[in-house]
Amino acid sequence: MGALARVFEAAGLATVGLSIVREQAENIKAPRFLHVEFPLGRPLGKPHDADFQTEVLRSAFSLLQRNDVPLIEDFGGEPIDDETGEMASCVIPPRDDPAHHPAVNEALALRPAYNRQLAAADGRTALGRMIDADNIAEAVEKIIALADGSSPADVGLDGASTRALTHDLRAYYEEAGLALVDHVPAARKIETWYFQGTETGKLVTAAAQKLKDAGADYEVWFYMRPGTQA
Amino acid sequence: MGLDGLIRSGVGGVEVPNFEDVPVTDFGDLSEAKVAIVTTAGLRHNGDVSVWSPQDASFTVLPSSMRDMQLSHFSPNFDRTGFAADLNVVYPIDRLDEMAAAGEIGSVAEQHISFMGAQFDATYSTILLDSGPAAAKVLIDQDVDVVLLTPI
Repeated sequence: MGALARVFEAAGLATVGLSIVREQAENIKAPRFLHVEFPLGRPLGKPHDADFQTEVLRSAFSLLQRNDVPLIEDFGGEPIDDETGEMASCVIPPRDDPAHHPAVNEALALRPAYNRQLAAADGRTALGRMIDADNIAEAVEKIIALADGSSPADVGLDGASTRALTHDLRAYYEEAGLALVDHVPAARKIETWYFQGTETGKLVTAAAQKLKDAGADYEVWFYMRPGTQA
Repeated sequence: MGLDGLIRSGVGGVEVPNFEDVPVTDFGDLSEAKVAIVTTAGLRHNGDVSVWSPQDASFTVLPSSMRDMQLSHFSPNFDRTGFAADLNVVYPIDRLDEMAAAGEIGSVAEQHISFMGAQFDATYSTILLDSGPAAAKVLIDQDVDVVLLTPI
């Protein structure tokens, strides 16, 4: 992001950036950054809090008048320290079709919740690299096979598509999880629910470990789940 | 150290080019400025999210009216539920519209831009010499004055 700021300033555009990793902002020597010590993934701080988000923007824009660059100012407003390893309480409706693996049943049971969240978000989603919601059962079955020791090639995947498939599964579960709670949980609480509290999340972790142990490329297994859940 | 602290300490020291100078543009009046967002969240058009890999230095143009964009960043290392619940926590387009209506900023650009951040060395030269200047031209062609950069 800092590299872009440099290009834009050189082209005659005034810039101000929100820094969320301070050391990076310092190293790249971009002109103007407001540093925000907010959870990674939430640089404006608080979802559904327009007043707080506007306060962040006003603080950032106030730096535009300054030419004593490079400068990094800390956001002076209310800090947020809500990233947590606690698990959100997302209750999945029971589904027990004996024809399916428990993880497949779980994923299918989440479909109404996923649909509600998609509608609430005006179609905004992180699902769609490899599959859409209609293919969720097949996607989970591939992860079951990888966790059992199959290779990506055995289930019609390569390294990049294995990684992309796991991102899709996480998106489906996390977005469905949002529809199962009555508020936006603190950062990473739904992530922790997915990786530690669901059948599919635990299978993704197991599959990543299997691929690592089998000597798969680092860029495949490493990016299948966040470092916070490794 | 919290969970994010682990990630911050892991990526904070990623090597970057050693720049000598710091380019800066003189700025005038915010209440007359046209503002664009350039985010490194890896946002794409609905249905256009492919297997976007590390070291992709390309960008996507986002019309100001678009709300159904898709998050396609390759990194798993950030919270995604904030954006899923409220896109403004990453891409504050509604907040800019409100600030323009209130006269705090002049106007909101018709088009905004998304790159994918958390890139490594191999993409710096492309961003500095190719896709970055191309993105700047998209903004300059619509008379943008100010760029707000947001990460994810």
